[in-house]
Amino acid sequence: MGFGEWHGIWTIIILVLFLAIVGWSFFSRRAKKQFDEAANSIFEEDKASSVKESDKPESKKDE
Amino acid sequence: MSQTIPQQPIEYNMKVVRQFTVMTIIWGIVGMALGVLIAAQLVWPELNFNTPWLTYSRLRPLHTNAVIFAFGTSALFATSYYVVQKTCRTRLFSDKLAAFTFWGWQAVILSAVITLPLGITSTKEYAELEWPIDILIAVTWIAYAIVFFGTLAIRKTSHIYVANWFYGGFIVVIAMLHIVNSMAVPVSFMKSYSMYSGAVDAMIQWWYGHNAVGFLLTAGFLGMMYYFVPKQAERPVYSYRLSVVHFWALISLYIWAGPHHLHYTALPDWTQSLGMVMSVILFVPSWGGMINGIMTLSGAWHKLRTDPILRFLIVSLSFYGMSTFEGPMMAIKSVNALSHYTDWTVGHVHSGALGWVAMITIGSMYYLVPRLFNQKQLHSIKLVNVHFWLHTIGVVFYIVSMWISGVMQGLMWRATNADGTLTYSFVESVQASYPFWAGRFVGGVFIVVGMLIMAYNCYQTIQAGRRETAAGNVVQTA
Ligand code: HEM
Ligand SMILES: [Fe+2]
Repeated sequence: MGFGEWHGIWTIIILVLFLAIVGWSFFSRRAKKQFDEAANSIFEEDKASSVKESDKPESKKDE
Repeated sequence: MSQTIPQQPIEYNMKVVRQFTVMTIIWGIVGMALGVLIAAQLVWPELNFNTPWLTYSRLRPLHTNAVIFAFGTSALFATSYYVVQKTCRTRLFSDKLAAFTFWGWQAVILSAVITLPLGITSTKEYAELEWPIDILIAVTWIAYAIVFFGTLAIRKTSHIYVANWFYGGFIVVIAMLHIVNSMAVPVSFMKSYSMYSGAVDAMIQWWYGHNAVGFLLTAGFLGMMYYFVPKQAERPVYSYRLSVVHFWALISLYIWAGPHHLHYTALPDWTQSLGMVMSVILFVPSWGGMINGIMTLSGAWHKLRTDPILRFLIVSLSFYGMSTFEGPMMAIKSVNALSHYTDWTVGHVHSGALGWVAMITIGSMYYLVPRLFNQKQLHSIKLVNVHFWLHTIGVVFYIVSMWISGVMQGLMWRATNADGTLTYSFVESVQASYPFWAGRFVGGVFIVVGMLIMAYNCYQTIQAGRRETAAGNVVQTA
């Protein structure tokens, strides 16, 4: 396989991966919940316990 | 389970953050003052005092190294160590290695301060330091990566906050760029020759130069933005989803745009066209990031009126938007035919460097200093406001001067008479540039005065914190 073909395939792989990330960020309910938590997490820094608390219900749901 | 939750505050390593924070301010003053000196030399060449190590040719790389690697990179060290600890709720992975990165990095800077004025240089732009210093940079950087990723590994939180993704991307890519671009054959202790030659050398050099802009001057400072803007605005980032998409778009696109630095050179034509197209596409994620930052303030715009720290942070984002609009435009070959080699490029650089990078840094330092030195507030918010206006006016002076002189130079160089001869000699274009170079000098003075005021303000804050600590008081900070 030549240099050009390899680059072409590589570009397509990157593009597909990127579109997968975009799709995941838009359509995954789990992602949405994690995003909201993460965005607010920086306001609870010095209350070490609050993280663990908010983690609990979610991890239970996954089991 | 609740018994295992730590009740006492986490013991963060703030010592190394304090050290890098103080050095950020000091190197900021040194680097920008050097900039003002070389700006003055362009207007009054006598200012090199006929001394070789005071000549423009040697001081210019010292200026760029000082602002990018001493000021900017110290700020990235300080904030990344702070943010990674706070968002991971854990102390740094290794105190000893963190201390090594501080002293190692200061040693790198000191070596630059000594070797560059002596004329010791590899001549590669933004990578002028000779091979023994390059090795020290690589070792320090690997230690940095271990401390940063080690801290992520021992985090107490489930999610890695987005700022850390940007810092992490910056650390990994800079290691890669530095090591590949600095490959050289040493011929003596202070002389080496690049392993690359010809068009390949040019390509590697601008792969490095362009991505240093993309990952150090952009991704690193976006990490800063994603933490300090929400914190100072006291609201979560506008769209966390956008921040994730923005991250992946930026890192997968930036790498391809480097050839816009080499339009109309010996580089294969198709690479130039690819670089142009990718640069134009790059506009989209860049503005995604800018909008995400600015819109974090939506519903709380009134805070801009009373909070000059927030104003530094938000105005930095508008300069980011401006540079990332201008950049793709300059990457179009026909525009670049006019702008290349002129002051327009210098104007673009400084709307990025003094507008975006310096302002987001200054805002973040003003956020950090009271929190790091046991104070509730800075010594004077009024002085922050004064600094804000001095800096903003200075930057506008600078970039407007460069835009005018840049376009003028481009037009003068391409002007031809009816018989095909050049209308102007090069010297005529230099002469016509003098008033604008003087304008830039004035802008620079404004900026340095602002930095001195910042140093005074921070010094007073630190002193007040010391007195408080000596008296045994712990001031509650958020
Ligand atoms: C979408 C984003 C951007 C694009 C597409 C872009 C594009 C360009 C182009 C076309 C040039 C001129 C090349 C030449 O004619 O020599 C340039 C130069 C430069 N830009 Fe940008 N730019 C972007 C953002 C930024 C930002 C945010 C900074 C921040 C500091 C920055 C810093 C620089 C520097 C330092 C140079 C000068 C390189 C040299 O020494 O010649 N750029 N950029
Ligand atoms: Fe570039």
